[in-house]
Amino acid sequence: MTIMQKFLGASAAIALSAGAALADPAIIFDLGGKFDKSFNEAAYNGATRWAEETGNSFAEVELQSDAQREQALRRFAEAGSNPIVMAGFAFGNALGEVAGDYPDTSFVIIDMVVDAPNVRSVVFNEHEGSYLVGYMAAQTSKTNTVGFIGGMDIPLIRKFACGYAQGAKAANPDTTVISNMTGTTGAAWNDPVKGGELTRAQISQGADVVYAAAGGTGIGVLQTAADEGILSIGVDSNQNYLHPGKVLTSMQKRVDNAVYNAMMDGPGLETGLLVMGLGNDGVGYTLDEHNEALISDEMKATVDAVAEKIVAGEIEVHDYMSDETCPSLTF
Amino acid sequence: MEQLPKWADLVVVPLVGLIMAFVLSMLMVLVTGHDPIQALKLMVSGALGSTYGWGYTLYYATNFIFTGLAVAVAFHASLFNIGGEGQAAIGGLGVALVCLFIPWPHWTIALLAASASAAVFGALWALIPAYLQAKRGSHIVITTIMFNFIAASLLNYVLVNQLRPRGSMDPATAKFPEATHLPSLGDMLGAVGIPFAKGTPANVSLFVALAACVFVYYLIWRTRLGYQLRAFGKSQPAAVYAGINPVKITIITMMISGALAGLMAINNVMGEAERLILGSVEGAGFIGIAVALMGRSHPIGILFAALLFGALYQGGAELGLWTSIPRELVIVIQALVILFTGALDNMVRLMVAKVLIRPKRAEA
Repeated sequence: MTIMQKFLGASAAIALSAGAALADPAIIFDLGGKFDKSFNEAAYNGATRWAEETGNSFAEVELQSDAQREQALRRFAEAGSNPIVMAGFAFGNALGEVAGDYPDTSFVIIDMVVDAPNVRSVVFNEHEGSYLVGYMAAQTSKTNTVGFIGGMDIPLIRKFACGYAQGAKAANPDTTVISNMTGTTGAAWNDPVKGGELTRAQISQGADVVYAAAGGTGIGVLQTAADEGILSIGVDSNQNYLHPGKVLTSMQKRVDNAVYNAMMDGPGLETGLLVMGLGNDGVGYTLDEHNEALISDEMKATVDAVAEKIVAGEIEVHDYMSDETCPSLTF
Repeated sequence: MEQLPKWADLVVVPLVGLIMAFVLSMLMVLVTGHDPIQALKLMVSGALGSTYGWGYTLYYATNFIFTGLAVAVAFHASLFNIGGEGQAAIGGLGVALVCLFIPWPHWTIALLAASASAAVFGALWALIPAYLQAKRGSHIVITTIMFNFIAASLLNYVLVNQLRPRGSMDPATAKFPEATHLPSLGDMLGAVGIPFAKGTPANVSLFVALAACVFVYYLIWRTRLGYQLRAFGKSQPAAVYAGINPVKITIITMMISGALAGLMAINNVMGEAERLILGSVEGAGFIGIAVALMGRSHPIGILFAALLFGALYQGGAELGLWTSIPRELVIVIQALVILFTGALDNMVRLMVAKVLIRPKRAEA
């Protein structure tokens, strides 16, 4: 086993020379890259917030290939990183295979459920948050037409769209919901030009509020909506500041909180399923100085009442993922 | 200009290009405020310094051998197949269907069937652009690249709407059954007593790739079809005058090319992921073009070029894991290698020629 020893020695030397202290947490970003102004960036912000508050450092890597998922997990676990946080449902399979081999390491996976004793699975009720912003969109719309622009056509985005449509129709049954997906490849997450074109197409069909759940593509949606004088709704991070007074609100998904909490809890964190919904500030709409003029007190009161009803279970928001159908919208 | 000796053309020119690319890359690392020597060491030792590194390097290299061969075969007939990406993706669909819906008793039989299915799917995907080129004169570069997008959309539809297990968020098929799992290089070498890191993705497909190299060599230089193919590539009117049917050659060449690209799926889909995911090809179809250029469209050259690019991929991953050098810079390094060994090839060749040929003249 001399080769193995050499390899272990080499990797230990590498780990030390790179300055990664042991027992630091690690975070793995998905193929989209960490500065996507959306999901990954929210995760990165959570980790940075933790580092700034505690003065500690964390290891990180941005993946380039699907084959690197397991590789990154194993290498960080062997180097002693703990806990290891991964942002994205695509890690599900890799983590399922790796988790058992490192029982003393805690893993946190976001947007996916992996059933293992040392894994915390964080999932968000995006449909609930989308319901709220859909409700607000329909209340605001003067044309009774609201738009939805998704990124890549995958079930997760349909979940956003379905909640949004249900919320819009709950606020005003006469509302027409127009839904478009940007594309069918990963490039659809980062195509602001096409996002802008889809927005123009929806405007010509009468939409005066559009909701973008499309990663980097959403930047183009928000820009075009602001240019054309209609309102838009941001996603994942609070995007109200991008076009003050032109963004109705943002459906915030607190991925940053999930990462921050995981790193705060440290090694040996509580594992199991953690659902972040309206009840525990996992999702919600945003209200700040950039959009307060757009949202009247009356509207805020109505929406907050709706949110309470959802939390109390009086309003049931349909989850597309539960049966892969959507009563309020056809795709 | 005088002809370079063959050894210089095959060894010195790519090597000089490679060194120039690395010097420039290291300068860029230096400019961004990192230690270039440490980065280089990390890349080389990470890719080649352990059996663990080799396990990944060889895995990536296997992908690039298949796509490189695919591009090379088409090059010999003067056809530029840049649809390897789509053909490999559709090949993946072929592998997935065979692995998911037929209960195989043993991986050996499953591998044969999956290889056949991947090759057929890839070949059929190349058939349509080939037909359009041969019969309608639609340029193969345009049609094959457009077929990449059609393939991506088709896979997206199939994965999201048909093959995805219910309730799963991931646009991917279910895991293939146990019996279709290919033995990894670690398992195989371990069985004969050679220690090799377990848990690395290199697998038995590597040997299929090597067999494909031999196959392509014999096809191009030792068969009548290969001769026709090269004649067609050198001069189309001359080939037609010699009685070679241009429609037939175009279609057959493209189908072989597509089959080779499709075969890549036994490595990444069947060997590594053991399920079909969206975007499984990850640009290997395009890297294949660089590999074929660098390898002079010869199987042996392709083998070494594929190893180089495999090492770059794995070395880049190690850089990403252990340094704060951004992922984009790793892509820049890979791009510089492609630029110097592929695109700026003639510049390097002229430089080498000046150095090598002048002294001889002085002697004379």
